[in-house]
Amino acid sequence: MSHAKATRTVTVANPDGLHIRAASLIAKLTGQVPAKVQLVKGNRRVDATNVLQIVSLCALEGEQLLLEATGRDADAVLEALARLFENKFDENEVGASQPAKQRKQNPGETGRSEAASDGDPPPGR
Amino acid sequence: MKFADFVVSGAIRADLAAQDKEGVIREMVQALMDAGQIEKDEFESIVKAILKREELGSTGIGRGVAVPHTKHPSVDRLVGNVAISGKGVDFDSLDGEKVHLFFLLISPPDRPGDHLRALENISRQLRDDTFCRFLKQSKTVEDIQQLLDEADNDQFGS
Repeated sequence: MSHAKATRTVTVANPDGLHIRAASLIAKLTGQVPAKVQLVKGNRRVDATNVLQIVSLCALEGEQLLLEATGRDADAVLEALARLFENKFDENEVGASQPAKQRKQNPGETGRSEAASDGDPPPGR
Repeated sequence: MKFADFVVSGAIRADLAAQDKEGVIREMVQALMDAGQIEKDEFESIVKAILKREELGSTGIGRGVAVPHTKHPSVDRLVGNVAISGKGVDFDSLDGEKVHLFFLLISPPDRPGDHLRALENISRQLRDDTFCRFLKQSKTVEDIQQLLDEADNDQFGS
C-alpha cells in the first residue's frame, strides 16, 4: 500500500480527445478510489472526479497531461488511469455495435481491481 | 471558441415541452431543423445518432446540465442550440439530478477538435455559478441569448 504522491505523464491517444465519455470514465474510476487525483495540462489543474472540469481542459489528440495522485494506492490509480488513456477509452470499439453497459464497465473494473489491490472494497461515491 | 460560433440563435428554446430524454432531443433537433440548419430528411438519422450516443453513457454531466451530441455527416460545421426545461427532465445524469439546461451539438465527423472546443467553452462558463443559475432561470429566448453574449464577452467564467 502506498500513501505517497505519484505522478505520471500520459498522452491523449484517441482521435476525439478528452470528450464527455472519456471524462466520465476517468471520473468514474477516480471517484471509486481513496486517492485524490488531479489532471494537469500546462498551467491548468483540475479535479479528476469532475467531468465538467476534465472537459474544460480541452485536451486534444496528441497532447500530454500530467496525472497526479495523492493518498492510498496512488500508484495503482495512476496505472489504471494510464491504461484508460493507452486503450483510447475504448473509442475504436464504441463505433461498433457493442452493448453500451458492457462498454462502460470494463475500464472501471480494471481500475478498481488495480486500485484496490490490497483487498479493500472500493468506497461508494 | 465562443457560443456565437456554434449556437444557432433561431434554435434556442426557453421552455421545452418535452418531459423525457428522447422528447428533449427531438424537440431540440426540430428547433435546428426549423432554423434551417439541418435537412428534413436527416432529422430521424440525427435523432437516432444522438440517442445511440446516450446509450454509451448519459451526457447529463451533473449540475442540472446535459450535452446531448453526435457526429453527423450531414453538417459541414459544428451547429448547436441551447434549451431550458423549467420542470427538469430525468436524463440518467451522472449525479442523478434532473436536467434543466441542455446544450445540443452536431459536429462533422472529421472535426473532433471543434466539438472539444465547444465543450471546453460550455464547461468553462458553467463553472461560474452565476452564469449557470441565471441561464437555468431564463424565461425567454432573449434572456438566454443575452447571457450567452455576455459570456462570450468574458463577463462570466474563470
